[in-house]
Amino acid sequence: MGLHPGAWWLWSLSLGTAATRTTNPLLLALLIATSAYVVVTCRSDAPWARSYTAFVKLALAVLLIRLVFAVALGSPIPGTHVIVTLPEIPLPDWAQGIRLGGKVTAETLVYALYDGLRLATLLICVGAANSLANPTRLLKSLPGALYEMGVAVVVALTYAPHLIADVQRLRAARRLRGRPHTGIRGLLHVGLPVLEGALERSVALAASMDARGYGRTADVPPRVRRTTTALTLGGLLGVCAGTYGLLTAEGGTYGLPVLLIGLAAALAGLRLGGRRALRTRYRPDRWDARAWLVAASGAAVAALLTLAADRDPAALHPGVVPLVAPTLPLWPAAAVLLGLLPAFLAPAPRSPATRKEPS
Amino acid sequence: MIRFENVSVTYDGAPEPTIQGVDFEVPEGELVLLVGPSGVGKSTLLGAVSGLVPHFTGGTLRGRVTVAGRDTRTHKPRELADVVGTVGQDPLSHFVTDTVEDELAYGMESLGLAPEVMRRRVEETLDLLGLADLRDRPLATLSGGQQQRVAIGSVLTPHPSALVLDEPTSALDPAAAEEVLAVLQRLVHDLGTTVLMAEHRLERVIQYADQVLMLPSPGAAPVLGTPAEIMAVSPVYPPVVDLGRLAAWSPLPLTVRDARRRAADLRQQLEQRDGNAPLKGRGELRDQPQTTRTRHHTTPPTPLGEPTPRRWFQRRRATPTPESLYAAEVKALSVTRDHIQALSSINLTITPGETVAVMGRNGAGKSTLLNTLVGLINPTSGKVTPGGAVGLVPQEPRDLLYADTVAAECTTADAEASAAPGTCRALVSELLPDIADDTHPRDLSEGQRLTLALAIVLTARPSLLLLDEPTRGLDYAAKARLVTLLRDLAARGHAIVLATHDVELAAELADRVILLAEGEVIADGPTADVVVSSPSFAPQVTKILAPQKWLTVAQVRQALS
Repeated sequence: MGLHPGAWWLWSLSLGTAATRTTNPLLLALLIATSAYVVVTCRSDAPWARSYTAFVKLALAVLLIRLVFAVALGSPIPGTHVIVTLPEIPLPDWAQGIRLGGKVTAETLVYALYDGLRLATLLICVGAANSLANPTRLLKSLPGALYEMGVAVVVALTYAPHLIADVQRLRAARRLRGRPHTGIRGLLHVGLPVLEGALERSVALAASMDARGYGRTADVPPRVRRTTTALTLGGLLGVCAGTYGLLTAEGGTYGLPVLLIGLAAALAGLRLGGRRALRTRYRPDRWDARAWLVAASGAAVAALLTLAADRDPAALHPGVVPLVAPTLPLWPAAAVLLGLLPAFLAPAPRSPATRKEPS
Repeated sequence: MIRFENVSVTYDGAPEPTIQGVDFEVPEGELVLLVGPSGVGKSTLLGAVSGLVPHFTGGTLRGRVTVAGRDTRTHKPRELADVVGTVGQDPLSHFVTDTVEDELAYGMESLGLAPEVMRRRVEETLDLLGLADLRDRPLATLSGGQQQRVAIGSVLTPHPSALVLDEPTSALDPAAAEEVLAVLQRLVHDLGTTVLMAEHRLERVIQYADQVLMLPSPGAAPVLGTPAEIMAVSPVYPPVVDLGRLAAWSPLPLTVRDARRRAADLRQQLEQRDGNAPLKGRGELRDQPQTTRTRHHTTPPTPLGEPTPRRWFQRRRATPTPESLYAAEVKALSVTRDHIQALSSINLTITPGETVAVMGRNGAGKSTLLNTLVGLINPTSGKVTPGGAVGLVPQEPRDLLYADTVAAECTTADAEASAAPGTCRALVSELLPDIADDTHPRDLSEGQRLTLALAIVLTARPSLLLLDEPTRGLDYAAKARLVTLLRDLAARGHAIVLATHDVELAAELADRVILLAEGEVIADGPTADVVVSSPSFAPQVTKILAPQKWLTVAQVRQALS
């Protein structure tokens, strides 16, 4: 059994949070390296584990786009080191404040690079979570009352590949009849039969799920049912009101307590609602000591970097104007390395069946 | 175990009950086969067992259905989930989760079984169905037979006392079908599970049945009896029964083995009558006005009539005949798709008027070959030279149909093929005489839809006609009509290539059989030569009368008369 997927998500999102606390490229690179090392040592050979590469590519694309925008549109950073001057396209008066082309300064580029790198790191951390934890297994860890929602998402996820296969098949059929199969029109014509097919399959699946006992419920006294509804609805209202209070200026006093009470009521409602569900779980992922350690290592990185950003903002946000070479602040860097802990705690265990997997 | 008491089902808006007067009981531990032509309500009857009819489908059920003592009127399908397991034709629409192990556990999770029990049963079921090596595999990557086995396993884990299967093998190749049937046999023998199963391909399943429940025609009351009794009167029957009826064997043999033991006389008789001519080309037989076999059906097939000059026929003639001597020529063809060698160094020539059956297990490259011939897939290397237009009827004929009515479908087909307006409609009227213009293609039966798709493809006057798995979901009557139709087309000079799992169809129709394995041609020759030597592709008549080379009952009947 692998590690609880929730632990991986907590770890990755903590690294992501840490990334938002700094623009120091050396620290960001260290964060990326940490996540990459853990992914490489801990991921399994399941199909979703390959998504890391896709996320890395996406992150690179984001970085590039950020740089291109900085070059083409300029930025408000006052810079003195002009690298190149692009021809500037004069814009009419109403487009004041927007500049196309013009001077490209080193400061602009470096600023865009730092900023883009931060976003890229965040994306890569999400990618690490995706490739380390099976997203559908995470859904299975939802509380019983949210089970129906989890199933809906799992079904939707397995339907996507079916839809793609349907589109390909129908486009081939259109070609057989010598009709246009590319472009918007072709896609529109294929769309209706694809939707029809998806609908039919959904009905068949619903019948199958019904016949296999989906939605069997235990008898719950009406009193408990009504309490559940009241708690859940009241709790959600409380959460809304509390959030509103926190965000407005006048509600500073009542905002937080209302939010907390609402949250507690909603959670209690969910817990009570879980009583109706008969379901048991097959081989549930256990939240064990390793899961605690993995989640804690991530949380420690996030907490320490937040602290560092507070104590030593200069090191975590190296200056752009004037240009200075970023230095590696020692103890925040050591804190980032804490994130490597999972690589030693939770290397992917190879189950005996997967080893002799036929090619 | 399963008990129907004077049950009738009427769907909303239907003028008459789909099934009525159903009154029978399936005893515990028996495998009962449900047979009957298409559209007699087999699926409705099966659905009534699991409670999906009427709770899920709507409609009115009169009478009473009880399963293991539970009345389906008061129990919803989900409350019957622990006593009835239901498996349909398409395993992919049955799966809720994404890996084998989770799928096996799903039903038990819904029932709320204890984790230790679930773990033990999953392991037992993996062993029982031979799925242990596949436990972590994503379901989408399994073969058809494996998927069907997982589907059966997924309803077995809650230990139901009855299993209901709706055509579990119709989408499978012969070997995969045997895999699934062997599992069912084992369940009945070892676990005492009661099985109620509907299946069109009787030649595959009849020998496993303890009893047969026959629905002779829509609305008629079903008849339950021993397989031999029912087969003597049934409108649908496998070739072995047909041969038994022809030779007047009593009781009727149901297995190839039984029939072989009785067939000594028949073999001798055939040898005397037909002594020096073992079997000539199928061409001679094709010229017969009508296949003799189909006469025995309650609904005679629609005769296509004499090939008198007809509008579309003239038109086809009027176009200059293709210069090539071949309907298609394939040289050193290789196709690589997604890093998989789907076809490698294939050499073929197909002559006009020839009917070729391409056979082989699922994934052997049959569909790829057809798609390459029609030009949907480009060869990676080698060359495909069609002699004229090529038309393909895909595995799912519905994919070819877009319009709301048959008439609109025909109009667009004419436009696409740049044929004279009315060409397609004339073809449809000829192939499907009693179809109204405003029928929605979705309301047609499986066989009618196939024929409509065929008419649309024929509008473009292809000299080479390709069909991918044409008999999937067709009953014997619809299959006989298809055979007549294709023979007629071949007589008019169309070359026909069929990719099929149906060995009986290939025996009936094909002049030549090509066997594919892993993308390579492993046998190519006259039907009789190729199938006689193959244990899984030999039709029943061949197996019974070996070493003589007979393929179909029609041939035997003709030789005897």
